[in-house]
This record gives sequence, C-alpha cells and structure tokens, in this order.
Amino acid sequence: MSAETTTKNVPESGIDPARPGRTATGRRRDRARDTWAGWLFSAPGLLLLGLFMIAPFLMAAYFSFTNQRLISPLPTRFVGLDNYTSVLGSSSFWQAFGNNVTFVLVVVPVQTAFALWLAVLVNTKIRGRVIYRTIYFLPVVTVIAAASVVWTLLYNPRGLVNAVMETVTFGAFAPDWLGSTTWALPAIIVTSIWQGVGFQMVILLAALQDVPDQLYEAAEIDGATRWQQFRNVTVPGIRNGLIFVVTVTTILSFRLFDQVWIMPQTPGGPLGSTRTMMLELVETGFGQQQIGAASAIAVTFFVIVLLITIGQRRFVREEGEAS
Amino acid sequence: MSATTTRRLGGGHLLQHAVMIVLAAFFLFPLVYMLASSLKEDGAVLAGSDSFDAMLPTPWVGTENYGDAVTRASFGRVFLNSVIISSVIVGLGLVVNSLLGYALARLRFTGRGFLVAVVISLIIIPFEALAVPLLFMSAELGILDTYQVQILPFIANPLFVYLFYTFFLNVPVSLEEAARVDGAGPVRIFWSVVAPLARPAYATMAILGFLFSWGQFLWPVMVTRGVDVRPLPLGIGTFKTTPPVQWGDIMAYAAMMTLPLLVIFLIFQRYFVQGVASSGVKG
Repeated sequence: MSAETTTKNVPESGIDPARPGRTATGRRRDRARDTWAGWLFSAPGLLLLGLFMIAPFLMAAYFSFTNQRLISPLPTRFVGLDNYTSVLGSSSFWQAFGNNVTFVLVVVPVQTAFALWLAVLVNTKIRGRVIYRTIYFLPVVTVIAAASVVWTLLYNPRGLVNAVMETVTFGAFAPDWLGSTTWALPAIIVTSIWQGVGFQMVILLAALQDVPDQLYEAAEIDGATRWQQFRNVTVPGIRNGLIFVVTVTTILSFRLFDQVWIMPQTPGGPLGSTRTMMLELVETGFGQQQIGAASAIAVTFFVIVLLITIGQRRFVREEGEAS
Repeated sequence: MSATTTRRLGGGHLLQHAVMIVLAAFFLFPLVYMLASSLKEDGAVLAGSDSFDAMLPTPWVGTENYGDAVTRASFGRVFLNSVIISSVIVGLGLVVNSLLGYALARLRFTGRGFLVAVVISLIIIPFEALAVPLLFMSAELGILDTYQVQILPFIANPLFVYLFYTFFLNVPVSLEEAARVDGAGPVRIFWSVVAPLARPAYATMAILGFLFSWGQFLWPVMVTRGVDVRPLPLGIGTFKTTPPVQWGDIMAYAAMMTLPLLVIFLIFQRYFVQGVASSGVKG
C-alpha cells in the first residue's frame, strides 16, 4: 500500500493539514487509492439517487410530451405540447399557482422574521432558555397530519380560536375559518408557520452563536444602539444562515400539500381557495391517472422552483461555498 | 454585571420572560388541547371548546378514547408499519448518505467536482415532482402496496448527503492523516476515525430523517391501499370517513402518532442542536 511512501514524505508531526512535503509519487499513489475508495463509497448513494431521483425526473420530462396513463390498454403516443397547453390553459392551475404564490409571499418573510426573533430571544442568557427553545421547537416534532387535524378542530366555527376572537373583538369577528374562501388560506398559513418556525429558529440560533462576541463589544464601544448592533453586526454575521432559511422555506412552501388535503372540508376547498400546485398534480396523476398531464405539471413546477432558487441566489450573491 | 451580560439581557428581564411565556403558550396550546381532548368524552370536545374548559380533560374518560382509536384504526398494525418503514429508511440512510458525503468531501477522485454539483442541484428537486413517474415505475415493477415502495426512494437523500459533505469539510484532516501514516486504508479510516467524529451529523440526520419519514403522507396515499402496509398518518383518515366524528378518538390517535417523535427528540435533542451548529446547514 502507499502508506509507506506516505510515511516517508510526511513531516515528523504527520498532522500538518496542508500536507506539505509530498513527493509526486506519494500524491499519485494517494490519488489512485482515493479513486477506488471514492467510487466505492459513493456507489450505493449514487445508485439510489440515480434510480429514484434522476431516472424519474427524466421520465417525467418524457411523459410530459405523451398521453401516458397509469393503466391503459391503448398504446402511448406523442402529443407534443398538448399537456402543457392544457395545463397552462386551465383556470384551476392558475388558481393553484396564485394560492402558492400568496402562501410563499406571506410565509417566507413572516416565518423568517419570526424565526429570527425567536432565535434572538433564546440566544440571550435568560434563565430557562433551553426550556423555551425546546417548547418553540416542539411543533416541528409533531406529524403534519396530526397537527392539521388538531388545528381543524381549533378553527371550528364554535372552536377555541373563535372563542378567543369573540372575546377580543367583542363578538364582531368570528368567521367559519376553513369554510370561508377568504379565511381558509390565512388559517392554513398560521398553522404552517406554527409548525415550521421552530426549525428555522434552530438554524438561525446556530448561526447567531457563531457571531464573535468581540464584534458586539466593539460596536458597543463605538456607541451603537441595540438596534444598530442588530442591523450592522447580527444580520451580516448570520447572512448565510438567513439565505439558507429563505431558500429552504421558499422551496418547502411551494410544496404545500398535506394541510390543504386534510384541513378543508374537501381537499383544496372551499371553491379551490386552498388549491395548490401539488394538489393539482396529485389529483391529475393519481385521481385521474393521467400520467402525461401530471408530468407536465411536475415539470412546470420544477421549472418554477428552479427559476426562483436561481433568482434568489443571484439576488443575494452568496459568498463562496464552505472552504 | 459585565458589559456582555448587560447587552444580552437588555433592560427588562421580566418583560422578556413575559414575552417568552406568551410565545410558549402559542406553541403549546394546540398540543395541550390535543392531549386534553384525547382524555375527555367525545361529545364534550367540541361542546366545551369555546371556553377555558377546552384545555381541561373533563369530563374525564381515562384512556377510553385511546382504546377506541387503537381498535378502529388498527393502530397496532399501522404503528408497526411506520416503525419498520422509518427505521429502515433512517438506518440505511445513515450509512449511504454519510459514505457519499465523505467521499465527496475528502477523497480526491476524478469526477468528484461534477458529483458535488449534481448532488446540490438534486436538493432543489422536490420529491413531489418525481412522485408521478415513481408511481408509474412502481406500478410497472409490481411493488405497489409493499414496504419496499415506501422505503427505497427515500434512503439516499441529497439534502443529507450535503449535510455530511459540509460537516466533513469542516473536520480537520489531521486525524485522518495520522491514521494514514499508521497505514490505515480508507475503509478503516472512515470506520474508526471519521464516523465516530461525525456523531452530531449522524444525530441530526437521524432526527430529521425520522421526522420526514414518520410524517410521510402524500406518497403512501398514492402507493398503498389496505391497512397492511399503510403508515400511521393515513390512519387518521379512517375517523373522518366513518361518521359520527368522534373527536376524542381522533385526538387520541393524533397524540399516539406524535408521542414517539417527541420522546425521540427529547432524548437526542442535545446532539441535534450540536449537529445543526456544526454542519453547514446554517450556511
């Protein structure tokens, strides 16, 4: 094995991370060994990713140009852009798209700001901060299906949410949340934020703890107020954490499905006011078994998410990947 | 009080506690409500929900709802299904994803740069966009309505590969170098030096992986029919379809579905927070 060569050429400490003093032979031997080990280590993961992500992705692209059905005696044939024109021409798709956009535009900023606030709160040296942090995180550890059912009951016209609303507004405001075309989506938004914000909080908390204390001390000496410290020290210090949170929250928000399937009386209801692209996809592909049309929705969906992700990256111009 | 602590505490201790307690109440009340409702008479769940009584388990029926939920939704069966599916996904996932992440971070082999780019771009492909062709594939392979169809697509996960990748990038190479000097090959190095170091990353993936797979809803709706292989979350549908709606039973079922996750999280919480802190997830 190349270990002998390696030994000879490594400086006595043998622990210099920069690996100086290697001869060309040593490096080449290392490289050969790394190559087989690299592929050996990667093989299982790559095989599974290829089979269950890359292959289906290519299939979706292919199916979207055919009239493929789940089970059908008729042969599959090419239909060109028919699936795309019918998807993009249907009002229910645009309604779903609009709902998705509304959901994202509300959830991403609100949830990120809320998560940051929570992270700042639990990052203080206040007594019991671990308990607070655990409690804020608990909803993340609930199953979405369970949380959705509990909230459905809370949103009942005669439920707890309305009991509170009636007290606060003296009976002026107590809608049938999930039965109303106006309030169903906001109700689902609140549930989603309740469920998801703790996760973002933990990520931002980890980022906050990496901001060196000296920076705050320096800012304090310069006479910066707390708000100025937050603006000029904290926010730049956790920039990458914030970018990660915004990107992930955006992608997850576009994938909204479980809540709109479980919470309204009928999935996506009332009158499509909580219909999302994922619901559209499941109803077409699974409900009506039209694989071709559903694939067109999937591809459209992927392109939208891709464009948004690229757009966000461009916009923030992330500074170099880790190391 | 030092300058640092003053900054951190700010002015009002009490005020901050007050704010944080109100927030805690916001996060906790649905869970308390779930538990309280699961312990009271079915009829009383909705009737008493417009007052503070909603938070109290009265009239108390003990574990009656839990018993009902267990029999009505074949709880034992679906619980076992969920345990099998989630543990296999997480167990194999820990091995597969960490090996790939390590190879990408540390082993200099041809094609590595390309593979890193592929894995990162796979992260943004939502599973839902693949669900339809996967459904078709599974139908063709004749594995619908099995455990395999619920396990195989989720073992390798680009997000977890990326998590390990960034974790290993941040681990100093010195230990591996030392092991190399001692003549250890890549497999030995990974097994006895690298993997033990990566405990926080493994804990993070284990918790997140368990959360994802335990809560799976869309895919099982598509690929399973009977109760034989169906996981827990789908069981909740059983209660909605068979009227009259027994809210106590539903809440008991929801509680039983949630409790295992809560317990696992509380046990591993420390590692999890460490893992998020030491991995590249935070950026």
